[in-house]
Amino acid sequence: MASHAASANPSKIWGGGTSPYSMSWGKMFMWIFLVSDAFTFSSLLIAYGYMRHRFSDIWPIPGDVFTHFPFIHGHVPLAYVGLMTFILIMSSVTMVLAVFAGHNLDRKAVLKWMGLTIVGGFMFLGSQAWEWYHFIHGSEKGSYILADGRFARTDDLEPGVLIFQDHSKVEGAEAQALMETAKKNIHGANLTENEYGNTPLFANFFFFITGFHGFHVFSGVVLNIIVFILVYQGFNDRKKDYELVEKVGLYWHFVDLVWVFVFTFFYLV
Amino acid sequence: MSNNHHTATSEGGHEHGSLTTKLIWKVFWILLGVTLFEVGIAFTSIPKNILMYTFIILTIVKSYYIVGYFMHLKYEAVPFRWTILLPFVLIVYLIFIALYEGSALSMAPL
Repeated sequence: MASHAASANPSKIWGGGTSPYSMSWGKMFMWIFLVSDAFTFSSLLIAYGYMRHRFSDIWPIPGDVFTHFPFIHGHVPLAYVGLMTFILIMSSVTMVLAVFAGHNLDRKAVLKWMGLTIVGGFMFLGSQAWEWYHFIHGSEKGSYILADGRFARTDDLEPGVLIFQDHSKVEGAEAQALMETAKKNIHGANLTENEYGNTPLFANFFFFITGFHGFHVFSGVVLNIIVFILVYQGFNDRKKDYELVEKVGLYWHFVDLVWVFVFTFFYLV
Repeated sequence: MSNNHHTATSEGGHEHGSLTTKLIWKVFWILLGVTLFEVGIAFTSIPKNILMYTFIILTIVKSYYIVGYFMHLKYEAVPFRWTILLPFVLIVYLIFIALYEGSALSMAPL
């Protein structure tokens, strides 16, 4: 570690005349903003973790909820979010290549990589819209709140079967009778109820956290487009400085970083 | 060594560090490999709690590569690195108290 260099002769670094951080203020404040934003996302995910531990007995298993994949009939859990993760990591790579090209003042390469980053951002947003659509729309038969107040799910691949929260199953005439006398049939998800589990919290957290992240991606795409236009117009060439690309790149990588955590805590664990 | 914050800092102060396109793609393959590994082991019969800790450790590994290489923090000045990373001690503390409290409450009747 080089920390001993700082402690051995702090007067040299902090005594004035030199920049201890050796970084421009613009880049530094992007970092400070990202730290505060990371705290916001951390708080949201910790609130999710708190409620999940609190209601661990009735919390849905993500593997049972996110099972759709375009053009595939059947259950393919995690495949779709895996694909979304790939898209976002890929767009992070194109962004870092744009920053790299910026260091070499290579305008053409910056435009190429930033353009690909913007395409990746739109692909991710489209994927998220698809995911939300299926989450809100739900399954064919939905879930039931039975006459005795118990909560039971159905599965499109196992018609006529009721699955309780403790994973026990009922089928045949018994299940049919329970469905007919049920108090309520819930389809998909909204802010007050959802078919995935007997708590509105799961859908609420899903909408809020992935929505907040999606809005960050959207803002990132807008910022990327603005910087793309500025680079295209030669703004950075006139300044002989491509730090603007670096700043917007920091934001974009942060969005990717947050998704890594959302992916783990919402879909994997 | 990493005390390279006095290297030729021109006006804007952007040093490349030792990040090369080759390294960028290497980090990409690591991130992709870890993600595929995570999705792969999610369906094995490994006990749930071991799986959970594996996922959390791998998430931290991924964030190390994203923050260190993509966000370039590994190549920034040492005092700056501490300024950015140290506040997250508070997050670790918050995770501990929130999850402990949540688990304790789940044992109490509604």
